Amino acid sequence: MEEIRLIEVKEEILSDNKDLADGLRKRLSRNGVFVMNLMSSPGGGKTSLILRTIRAMKDDFRIGVIEGDIDSMVDAETVVREGVSAVQLRTGGFCHLDVPMVTSALDAMDLESLDFVIIENIGNLVCPAEFDTGAHLNAMILSVPEGDDKPLKYPLMFTVCDVLLINKIDYLKYGEEFDLKAVKERALNLNPEMKIIEISCKTGEGIYEWIDWLGDKIVS
Amino acid sequence: MHELPVTESILNIALKHARAHNVERIVNISLRIGELSDLVNEWVQHYFDYLSKDTIAEGAKLDIERSPVVFRCDGCEKSFQVDIKKIKEVICPDCGGKKNTLISGREYYIKNIAVI
Repeated sequence: MEEIRLIEVKEEILSDNKDLADGLRKRLSRNGVFVMNLMSSPGGGKTSLILRTIRAMKDDFRIGVIEGDIDSMVDAETVVREGVSAVQLRTGGFCHLDVPMVTSALDAMDLESLDFVIIENIGNLVCPAEFDTGAHLNAMILSVPEGDDKPLKYPLMFTVCDVLLINKIDYLKYGEEFDLKAVKERALNLNPEMKIIEISCKTGEGIYEWIDWLGDKIVS
Repeated sequence: MHELPVTESILNIALKHARAHNVERIVNISLRIGELSDLVNEWVQHYFDYLSKDTIAEGAKLDIERSPVVFRCDGCEKSFQVDIKKIKEVICPDCGGKKNTLISGREYYIKNIAVI
C-alpha cells in the first residue's frame, strides 16, 4: 500500500487577494488616487450617500465611481447624471467585489484625471467584509430601519470598517425603535478605533461632518 | 455565500504544493478557518468536489478546524476567547474593560495536505 505523507502548506487562503490588494493600494497612492470602499445592506443608502458626497465634493476633488451590482446598470446611470465618471461592474451573481474585479474597473477609468474613487460594493453585510478591495478606506452604512442588533449579527463587517455611518437618522423622530447608544457601544466594542457619524441622506443631517472627516482622509 | 472563490483558492494552493513535491494524489487538506467566517463547511466540500474533478485532488477530503474568536483587552492586555454569536458585549473577564481588539477569528489558513 502506498504511504500517505503530509506536506506542510501553512498558507493563507485569501493571501492572493490580500497581496493584490496591497499592491493595488500602493499603485493608487503613487498615482495620487484615494479609494474608498462603501458597504451596506441592500437599501441601506449607498447610492444616496454617494450622490450626497459627489455634490458636496465635486468642486474640490475629481471623483470617479465604481458601481458593483449583481446584474444591473441603474446605479451607474444615476451617478453619471451628477457629472462624474462611473464604471458599472456586473458581477453576474457574485456577492462581493475582489481586487481583480476592481482592477478591471480602474483600468477602464482615466486615473490620471481622478483624485478620489468611490467603490459601491455589493449590498450585503457578509461577503464584502471578507475581501480586501485595495481601497484605502473602508466605510459602512447601517440604516436605522435595519435594527440596532446588526453589530451582533455581522461582527466581521464592523471589525474591518474605519467608519460607520448611521443613516436614516431622521426615522428616529417617527418613533422607530432603535437604540442608538447601544449600536455605538456594540460597534466600538468590536472596533474601538471606529469613527461613527449619524447622518440622513434625506434631510442632509450630519452630511457636513461626514464630508469634513472624509476630506481630511483624502488629503492626508 | 462566497464559498466558491474561497474553495477555488484552496484547490489552487493545494495543487501548487502538490506539484512542487511531485505527488500522485492529494487525499486530505487540513484547514483552519476563523469562527467569524460565515462559510458553511458542507458547501466548501461540495464546491471542492465540483472544482477538483479531473485533478489530482479529486476525492480529497477537507478537514476544517474552526479557530475561536479571540480579543485582547486594550486596558490590561489580557487575551480572551468569546462566543461572538452568543454574547451581546465583548468585555474583558479580568478587568471588565470594554475596549478590545480582535486578534484572531478571521483566519483562512491551509495547514497541510496529505498526499500519496
